[in-house]
Amino acid sequence: MSTIQTSAPQPRKSLWSKHKIFETNSIILILGVLLVVSVGGLVEIAPLFYLKNTIEKVTGMRPYTPLELAGRSIYVREGCYNCHSQMIRPLRDEIERYGHYSLAAESMYDKPFQWGSKRTGPDLARVGGKYSDEWQRQHLAQPRSLVPDSIMPGYPFLAKTELKFEDIDSQLKANRVGGVPYTDEMIAQARRDLVAQATPDDPGQADLEKRYPKAQSRDYDGDPKTLTEADALIAYLQVLGTLVDFKLYDDKANIR
Amino acid sequence: MDTTYQWLAGFAQSAGLLYFVGIFLTVCCYAFWPGNRDRFEEAARTPLQED
Amino acid sequence: MSATGYPIRQATTGEIAGILIAGASILPLIMIAALTTDPGYAFHVSLGVVAAAITIFLIANRCFSGQPGNPPQEIDGKPNYNMGPVKFGTVAAMFWGIAGFTVGLVIALQLAFPALNFDLPWTNFGRLRPLHTSAVIFAFGGNVLLATSFYVVQRTSRARLAGELAPWFVILGYNLFIVIAGTGYLLGITQGKEYAEPEWYADLWLTIVWVVYLLVFLLTLAKRKEPHIYVANWFYLGFILTIAVLHIGNNLNVPVSIFSPKSYVLWSGVQDAMFQWWYGHNAVGFFLTAGFLAIMYYFVPKRAERPVYSYRLSIIHFWALIFLYIWAGPHHLHYTALPDWAQTLGMTFSIMLWMPSWGGMINGLMTLSGAWDKLRTDPVLRMMVVSLAFYGMSTFEGPLMSIKAVNSLSHYTDWTIGHVHSGALGWVAYISFGAIYCLVPWLWNRKGLYSLKLVNWHFWVSTLGIVLYISAMWVSGIMQGLMWRAYTSLGFLEYSFIETVAAMKPYYVIRAMGGGLFLAGALIMVFNLWMTVRHGAESAPEAETQPKLQPQLVPAV
Repeated sequence: MSTIQTSAPQPRKSLWSKHKIFETNSIILILGVLLVVSVGGLVEIAPLFYLKNTIEKVTGMRPYTPLELAGRSIYVREGCYNCHSQMIRPLRDEIERYGHYSLAAESMYDKPFQWGSKRTGPDLARVGGKYSDEWQRQHLAQPRSLVPDSIMPGYPFLAKTELKFEDIDSQLKANRVGGVPYTDEMIAQARRDLVAQATPDDPGQADLEKRYPKAQSRDYDGDPKTLTEADALIAYLQVLGTLVDFKLYDDKANIR
Repeated sequence: MDTTYQWLAGFAQSAGLLYFVGIFLTVCCYAFWPGNRDRFEEAARTPLQED
Repeated sequence: MSATGYPIRQATTGEIAGILIAGASILPLIMIAALTTDPGYAFHVSLGVVAAAITIFLIANRCFSGQPGNPPQEIDGKPNYNMGPVKFGTVAAMFWGIAGFTVGLVIALQLAFPALNFDLPWTNFGRLRPLHTSAVIFAFGGNVLLATSFYVVQRTSRARLAGELAPWFVILGYNLFIVIAGTGYLLGITQGKEYAEPEWYADLWLTIVWVVYLLVFLLTLAKRKEPHIYVANWFYLGFILTIAVLHIGNNLNVPVSIFSPKSYVLWSGVQDAMFQWWYGHNAVGFFLTAGFLAIMYYFVPKRAERPVYSYRLSIIHFWALIFLYIWAGPHHLHYTALPDWAQTLGMTFSIMLWMPSWGGMINGLMTLSGAWDKLRTDPVLRMMVVSLAFYGMSTFEGPLMSIKAVNSLSHYTDWTIGHVHSGALGWVAYISFGAIYCLVPWLWNRKGLYSLKLVNWHFWVSTLGIVLYISAMWVSGIMQGLMWRAYTSLGFLEYSFIETVAAMKPYYVIRAMGGGLFLAGALIMVFNLWMTVRHGAESAPEAETQPKLQPQLVPAV
């Protein structure tokens, strides 16, 4: 190592005089950066996977039905999360406005989570059952016909677009790889279940409800002849926040 | 819940604190080590000495 | 000499490998495009085929047109810098910048005048908003980072970029990723995770590009003729490495099939939320902060013609910043179903983060000590100094908003949007504009910018825009938060949700005006740069800014 240090400006040093440590320097830099940045992530993320109390003990949660899952994909596709949260905070006004604060358990099958970060529109975590299908349908197509001050875009094309679901079984399978407990039977029957849920008086509805308790089967979009994207999206909106049985939920046992 | 929280809090207050202070002191020592002064002054002029 | 008059040369190993890889990918890609039932995905895979074909053409063209396969590393003892990719990145940055600002203006207007959504799939707010964020962060910001990092690492290492095709692969491949991501949102292809919307195949492509980027950067550093790795390169390296880790961590998805654009993330719910904001916050910390601090550490001293105020402070700044930032993610999840201990950790580190942030700001500002008069005469330097002031402001506001009590009011409101934009417009965009104003005359060999007066106009028009924007969002955000929690004397909620929406309207109009002014400023900049390149006086080739050093003084070992 050269020990000659003169004040700057000074002539450039020979390329080779310190070559060895130059290279080690950038490697040391890389290792240092990786070491420093990985600690924070590990400490914050890893415990969430093994601490049992991260996800509360609840009754009623089940994976989405194929129709709800297809509707959820439309919710994601249209970027609804940009304006609507699905996360009620334990604050007095939010609980009065939207209902019981959201539990981690309620999004345990959500891939991706749709908690959102902005409420340009209201929270949707418990929107299920708050409005009729007809209201949802009209509101999606022309929001300002029902809520004059609304700034939501209209989605009239949803009710006119047929739902594509030929690969719905593969969709369930991909969810299962990530831990959603879809059974072989659910995957095998996915297409049938999807049609049954959106078709009035379909004989498959009894099986569907056995596989997915509390599944609501009906024609959602007011047009029983075609299975549209509006059917799927409204089915998803109507199930939001309705699965967990809060009569059986013990708030105190699950404080974290 | 209590045990997890206490364990984490205890860990953060002991090992975590030592770890943070340790890293901070190491970096400060490196930055203020008298032998490094000239190297750093020279390095600071790098953008101004181009050809 | 060949028959066409061009000297054909032997292809280099890299060129042969490039042609082989591109060629081999064409057939599988065509098969996927033919077999998928998703038209958007078919379009993207076809884009890949076209890109592969263009790659083959361009490489062949290099050989046939006689461009040297391995240009000399030095000419007359001076490094033969490779500035082509830097130029491309600079132009791309301005192009995407204008596009991203325009989309931002459109969605701002949509919030004020919802008829502008046109009720079509590809023009609604939900699809355009990710287009805006990705265009400004990853397309504009990303190209600025690629261009400046390739410039700075060469100049401060006194060495030509490592590889000949690799730097081009990085800059062109990155922009291909941008096109795939952006068109994907319009077509409804998205993962639905903020700032990580591109689907699995775009993510895979970006991973490849990013690894090559890291290698080019490291190998250029390894070739350097300077004893020390200049601190700007530390920040670039921290940015490149950490973004790689974040990108891979947050995008571990299971594709539905190779013929489908759709994928599902490996984890769900609360774990996915933590992963997402570990990623999302550090995209701010390492993409929008560390990367642009690297720009600050090179371009501010260079433009002010004096070394950085304290090099030692910059070292402490670097380690403290990257160490603390990585913990701050959970402050995006205050009062959510994320366990409390994680929220508390996030809050604690976010508050501590204030210190290194201001350390860096002070270091940048004090670099001008003794040269403050330059602010009067040089609007480019003024822009960079104001960017540091905005950096200081938003890094004070950030820790404030991460306090749980403040966050309970600010979260979900426009205050967050205002905070982000004071950082994005004031800090990231201004330091980028400053760097590009410096770079263009240097890269195109011009004596100076076409007009400093126009830079002045750009500065004042866009500063007015930023002030309008962020003050409108502060007022509307705080108002919205207070209205949501307002109670009547009888103990009922005072406002319905829709009343709070209606109250936002005037502020949304003011915000759009602010955005319009910011866009107008950027258009002035584009005109100025265009005139600089087209009509600026050339600088004399040997009239470099620094006196030549005497090479014979180099001591032998």
